[in-house]
Amino acid sequence: MTEALLSVRSLSAAYGMAEVLFGVSLDARRGEVVALMGRNGAGKTTTLKAIIGMVEASAEALTFAGHDIRRLPSYRIARLGLGYVPEERRIFTDLTVQENLEVGRRPARDGREAWTLERLYAIFPNLAEMEGRRASAMSGGEQQMLTIARTLMGNPDMVLLDEPSEGLAPVIVEQMAEAVIAMKATGIAVLLCEQNLHFAAAVSDRAYVIEKGAIRFSGTMAELEATDAVREAYLTV
Amino acid sequence: MDPAFIVIQSLSGLASASSLFIIASGLTIVFGVTRIVNFAHGSLYMLGAYLAVTIVPMLLEVDRSLPMFLLGVLLSALIVGVIGAAMEIILLRRIYHVPELFQLLATFGVVLIVQDLVIKLWGAVEIPGPRAPSLRHGVFIFDQRFPAYELFLIGVGLVVLGLLWLLMQKTRFGVLIRAATQDRDMVAALGVNQAWLFTGTLFLGAFLAGLGGALQIPRVAVNTQMDISIITEVFVVTVIGGMGSVPGAFVAALIIGQLQAFGILIFPKITLVLVFLLMAVVLVIKPWGLFGKPDAAAGRAVLPEGLLSLRRFGTVDNVVAGVAIIVMLALPVFGDNYMVKVGIEVLVLALAAFSLHFLIGVGGIVSFGHAAYFGIGAYAAGLLVTRLGFAMEPALILAPVIAGAFAALFGFFIVRLSGIYLAMLTLAFAQIVYAVCFQWVGLTGGDNGVVGVWPSSWAASRQVYFYLALAFTLSAIIALRHAIYAPFGYALRAARDSATRADAIGIDVRRIRWFAFTLSGAAAGLAGGLYSFSKGSIDPTMISIPMSVDLLVMVLLGGIQTVIGPLVGAAAFHSIKDFFMPLTDFWRMFLGASIIVMVLVFPRGIAGAASLLTERFRPAPKPVGTPA
Repeated sequence: MTEALLSVRSLSAAYGMAEVLFGVSLDARRGEVVALMGRNGAGKTTTLKAIIGMVEASAEALTFAGHDIRRLPSYRIARLGLGYVPEERRIFTDLTVQENLEVGRRPARDGREAWTLERLYAIFPNLAEMEGRRASAMSGGEQQMLTIARTLMGNPDMVLLDEPSEGLAPVIVEQMAEAVIAMKATGIAVLLCEQNLHFAAAVSDRAYVIEKGAIRFSGTMAELEATDAVREAYLTV
Repeated sequence: MDPAFIVIQSLSGLASASSLFIIASGLTIVFGVTRIVNFAHGSLYMLGAYLAVTIVPMLLEVDRSLPMFLLGVLLSALIVGVIGAAMEIILLRRIYHVPELFQLLATFGVVLIVQDLVIKLWGAVEIPGPRAPSLRHGVFIFDQRFPAYELFLIGVGLVVLGLLWLLMQKTRFGVLIRAATQDRDMVAALGVNQAWLFTGTLFLGAFLAGLGGALQIPRVAVNTQMDISIITEVFVVTVIGGMGSVPGAFVAALIIGQLQAFGILIFPKITLVLVFLLMAVVLVIKPWGLFGKPDAAAGRAVLPEGLLSLRRFGTVDNVVAGVAIIVMLALPVFGDNYMVKVGIEVLVLALAAFSLHFLIGVGGIVSFGHAAYFGIGAYAAGLLVTRLGFAMEPALILAPVIAGAFAALFGFFIVRLSGIYLAMLTLAFAQIVYAVCFQWVGLTGGDNGVVGVWPSSWAASRQVYFYLALAFTLSAIIALRHAIYAPFGYALRAARDSATRADAIGIDVRRIRWFAFTLSGAAAGLAGGLYSFSKGSIDPTMISIPMSVDLLVMVLLGGIQTVIGPLVGAAAFHSIKDFFMPLTDFWRMFLGASIIVMVLVFPRGIAGAASLLTERFRPAPKPVGTPA
């Protein structure tokens, strides 16, 4: 087993007095797609935000690519190569598609091939057609693609992807799955928050199941699909 | 009207609009990215002007030419830009996450410091600036002479607009500024170091303020009042245009420029009033300005929390309150005349601060112009006595009624808004009142005010007047305190914490806010009336922005969270002011620095800090999560 790219040990977080996470631990290796599954309110989004430094949190250990990222501001974490795609997309709607991508642009690390607009447009052909359009004039699915593309412009080694399939039409969800697989093919690791088991199963190697702020299951995607008890207890609505 | 005259008049309107735009664009860009309304923007403008009257003549000594003049103007603006960047690094960086009210106050602290610095460095006397070489002549348009420099200013405005457009659309810095204006946390999550983006933004904003100031030197003699007079105008421009919108600032500057150019023909004395009226009308129709976005204004709470400790008095509190009342009752007996005078002022200010606290802490309505109602009360009482021959008693009764009536009138517009726009509108109304009192010399005595506002003969001695003031302020404070604990107070707090939810359970949010605003204005008016009789005079400082800020400082010094806070704050603030002001020429600098320290160190005020201390002695709540 190679060393983990992202390692989270006993992560806890709270909004004011309301505790949300109780000692979450998880790992992701280079090039691996890991799903973090759970219902609404289970703590998926908070886990991602705590990792990226957008929510106050404490942990026994929180490392990315060998760096302790517990006290780092989010821009420093992003510069280490950890990208974040928020659930609510947070596209800059006043900016054009191209300008949105420009905001995300960071130089590539370690002499690897940088993401260019051309490479991104190959994965997200829709975006190429609307380069100069204001992001406010895009559909939800297009915005979701833009937000992923924007994060890729930062040449991350890993992307935290928060519910990319939420609220999208099945055909778009299909495209999302292809995009995740394409990212994986370039060597990018993904930590994927999902409720949609079908989507997660299509792209992920391993899965964690979170409920009430704690990890309840950890295993390969195949094991999760085979374990009816876990699925019924924590995932079905 | 003669068409040539109209052309000339609108050209001069364009020239003022151009200056306004240059300055306002800086303020609006800074607000867009940092979400801070920078009160000190006017100070940066003033610094630009003072630097220019120093630097430009030196350069003109070398070579009396237009390029040298422009070089001097640019150099001044650049220096101001550096000062702005330093201000970001030293101060603003530390207050991005504090409530808006504290940000406004902290930047007002900078205003006070700069005022004293400017007086120290350049003196209090106004300084006439050099004319611009090659632009001293007039140009004839339809046989009317029009100053070439004014035409030049119009051109500069257009050039600045064009350059800003290029910067915003074509450079990475501009794209980042626009992105951060919308969602700065997301920009950070994409790996952009906000700190440098913000420093760069402040440099740009301050540069524009400095440029606007430096360009004024051939037009006006540079003086120490430039900061406050421009900042109110620029606030109006940015608010009308929509905070954060550069095109909005441009359009609004054009409108205001023309309004002033033609308004001065119809109402020469009250153009300022016209401008503020326009702002009020725009905000009622478009609460976020012409080009503004709701999220820019409503994204954050103005206060993190309002009145928290609603606990009724316990035994300890009753004893403390009792002792305080006994001390006050005994003061005229044992204290000398001076102590009694200070005592009266403390009482009056305590009532004014309490009424403001009622608005802010209970109602969540952050007024930046509470001095208006204090001043209206004072002027009402003073004018009734001196101009209409009223006795003190009816004047004291009418003062809160009149102040309440004005609060009802202004409040009708104010309670429709929220957040920073609301604070700006309260400021605008206060400036209207100030402008009227200042400019209507025939009635109000203008800058000098009116003297001879004396109490009736039975209350003429300080000691008796002290008891009179004590009776009035205590009853008003007790009445307001009752309102806090009444269902009305609870509804008001519900509306403060969530207007939509309060609305959903059947509270008429606007109406109870309006009522609260009126009540608070009336109480401040009573304080103002009492104040005028204790001074024997009225003058415009009672309505000025510094008075509003003093009241806010009292409230914050005492802490917003407690009911008793504003009284503690008023007593502490006034005693400190009374003690230190005669000792130093730098009272404003001292006050400004104190405000900044207070915002940085004691955001919960004295009473808040005290309750924090008592909490230490209680068992600590279970720590959240495991320590890292």
